[in-house]
Amino acid sequence: MRAGAFRAEAPVAPILSVRGLTKRYGGRVGCEDVGFDLYPGEVMGIVGESGSGKSTLLNCLAGHLRPDAGEVLFDLGKDGMRDTLALSEPERRRLARTDWAFVHQNPRDGLRMTVSAGGNVGERLMAVGARNYGAIRASALDWLGRVEIAADRIDDRPAAFSGGMQQRLQIARNLVTGPRLVFMDEPTGGLDVSVQARLLDLLRGLVRDMGLSAVIVTHDLAVVRLLAHRLMVMKGGRVVETGLTDQVLDDPQHGYTQLLVSSVLQV
Amino acid sequence: MAGGAAMGIWAKKKDQAMIELSGVAKSFTLYNQGGAAIPVMAGAALSVAPGECVALTGASGAGKSTLMRMIHGNYLAASGRIVVGGLDVAAAEPREILALRRHVLGYVSQFLRVVPRVPTLDVVAEPLLAVGVPVEAARDRAAALLARLNIPRPLWDLSPTTFSGGEQQRVNIARGFAHDYPALLLDEPTASLDPGNREVVLELIEAAKARGAAILGIFHDAGARARVCDREVDVSAFAVAP
Repeated sequence: MRAGAFRAEAPVAPILSVRGLTKRYGGRVGCEDVGFDLYPGEVMGIVGESGSGKSTLLNCLAGHLRPDAGEVLFDLGKDGMRDTLALSEPERRRLARTDWAFVHQNPRDGLRMTVSAGGNVGERLMAVGARNYGAIRASALDWLGRVEIAADRIDDRPAAFSGGMQQRLQIARNLVTGPRLVFMDEPTGGLDVSVQARLLDLLRGLVRDMGLSAVIVTHDLAVVRLLAHRLMVMKGGRVVETGLTDQVLDDPQHGYTQLLVSSVLQV
Repeated sequence: MAGGAAMGIWAKKKDQAMIELSGVAKSFTLYNQGGAAIPVMAGAALSVAPGECVALTGASGAGKSTLMRMIHGNYLAASGRIVVGGLDVAAAEPREILALRRHVLGYVSQFLRVVPRVPTLDVVAEPLLAVGVPVEAARDRAAALLARLNIPRPLWDLSPTTFSGGEQQRVNIARGFAHDYPALLLDEPTASLDPGNREVVLELIEAAKARGAAILGIFHDAGARARVCDREVDVSAFAVAP
C-alpha cells in the first residue's frame, strides 16, 4: 500500500547508495560500517560532536579520503549505479566537476582567491568544456545574481569580499554546472547569524528549484532543522540514530541524541 | 499543478477514513534520568472521514498534542498503525512522510517556525511552491489569505519573527490553509484571536470541510468546537496511568 500511495511523487531509485563504509586511522576508528540511501531531491544532515566521524564520512563519500572498506554507489544515469571508489582517477575527477559539488566550510578552500569572482564561476564551466566567452560571462552574471552578489562585483577578487559573500560565491561556483549531488561541510560555520539566515534561505530555494540532493555535515542543529529532510546522528564513528529531521530533534530515541538536543542553548 | 496527479490517488470516497489510527501507543525514554521507558498512551484509535471535523478533548496533559504530533510524524509511535491517505506514518520512510506533508497532511501548530528574514508573503506561499504552483499564483493566493486574516499589507514584506503572538498565529493559519490539503491537523487554531479573526478562521475551517478535507483539531474554545466539529474523541481514554 505504501509504495502505491507515493508512486506519483517519490522516485523509486536512490541517487546515492552507501554500504558498510569504514575508515580507520591506524587503530582509531574514523567511521565504521556506515550505510544509507539518498534519494533525488533529498537533503540529509549528519550531526554529531567534534570527533564523531562526520567529516571523515563526508570526505570518504566525496572521494577526498580512501575508505578501508565499503561501497559508495552513485547513479550515473545511463551507466546505472556505479561504485565511485572503483572509478578510474579521470572518471572520478570528471564526476567531481559535473554531477558532484563540494562546499567547504572555509570558502578559501573552495575558491581561487587570486581570480575574479566571475572567473571563479566561469572556471568551473570551462572545466566541463564551455568555450564561448560571452556565454560564460553571462552565466557567471546570472549565478552571481542568484546568490545575491551585485553584478558590478564580477571583476573583483574574492579576497575583497566579506565572509558571507565569499561563501555565496563558493556556492555559485559549485552549482553553475548543475550538479545533482552536493556535499557541504559546515556551510554556515564561521558566519554571523544574520548572514547564516540569508544563506540558509538561499540554499533552501536552490535545493527546491534545482531538485538537488545534498549531504550536509554540521554541528548546528538549528541549521539542519531548517535545511535537512532527514538526519543521521553519529557518535564515535558510528551511526546511532537516523530519521525525519524534526522527529529526531523533537523525539530523539537514542540517549546520545537526547543529550545533544538538550545541550543546545535556548535563545 | 504538479500535485494534481498525486492528489487523485489520495482522493477518497466520502465514507472512507482519511485519517485512521488503531492500537497506537507512545512512551518516552529519558536516558539521562536512568533510562526507564515511561508509557504515556496505549490503544489509541480513531478515524476521520473526508468532510468531517473531529475534536480531540481531554484535560491538559492527557495527550492531545502528543497524539497530533504522532499523526504528523513528529513523534515516533511505539506501536500501532497511523494511516493517513493510505500511508502508515508509524512505519514510513522520512521521504514518504515529507511527501505526505507536502501534498496531503497540513498542520497548523501553535508556534510559527520559519527561516529568519524570509518575508511573510513567502512564508505563506512556500507550501504552494513545494507542490509546484507557479510563483505568481502562489503569491496571489498567499496575499488573499493574509488580507482575509487582516494582516496589514505593510507587514507582508517583513519576516513574521518580530510580529505579535496573534499576528504570528494568523500567519501560521494562512500558511496552513494556503494549499488545499485533504487532511488537516489544527492545534488551537482560534487561540489568541479577536472575534473578527476568529470568525475568519472558523469560515476557513468550514470551507475546508465543504471541499472534503478531513480535519482533526484541538479546540479549547467551546463555541468554536460546537460550531465546526461533528464529533469529539476524549484522549483520556488512551492515557496510561503513571
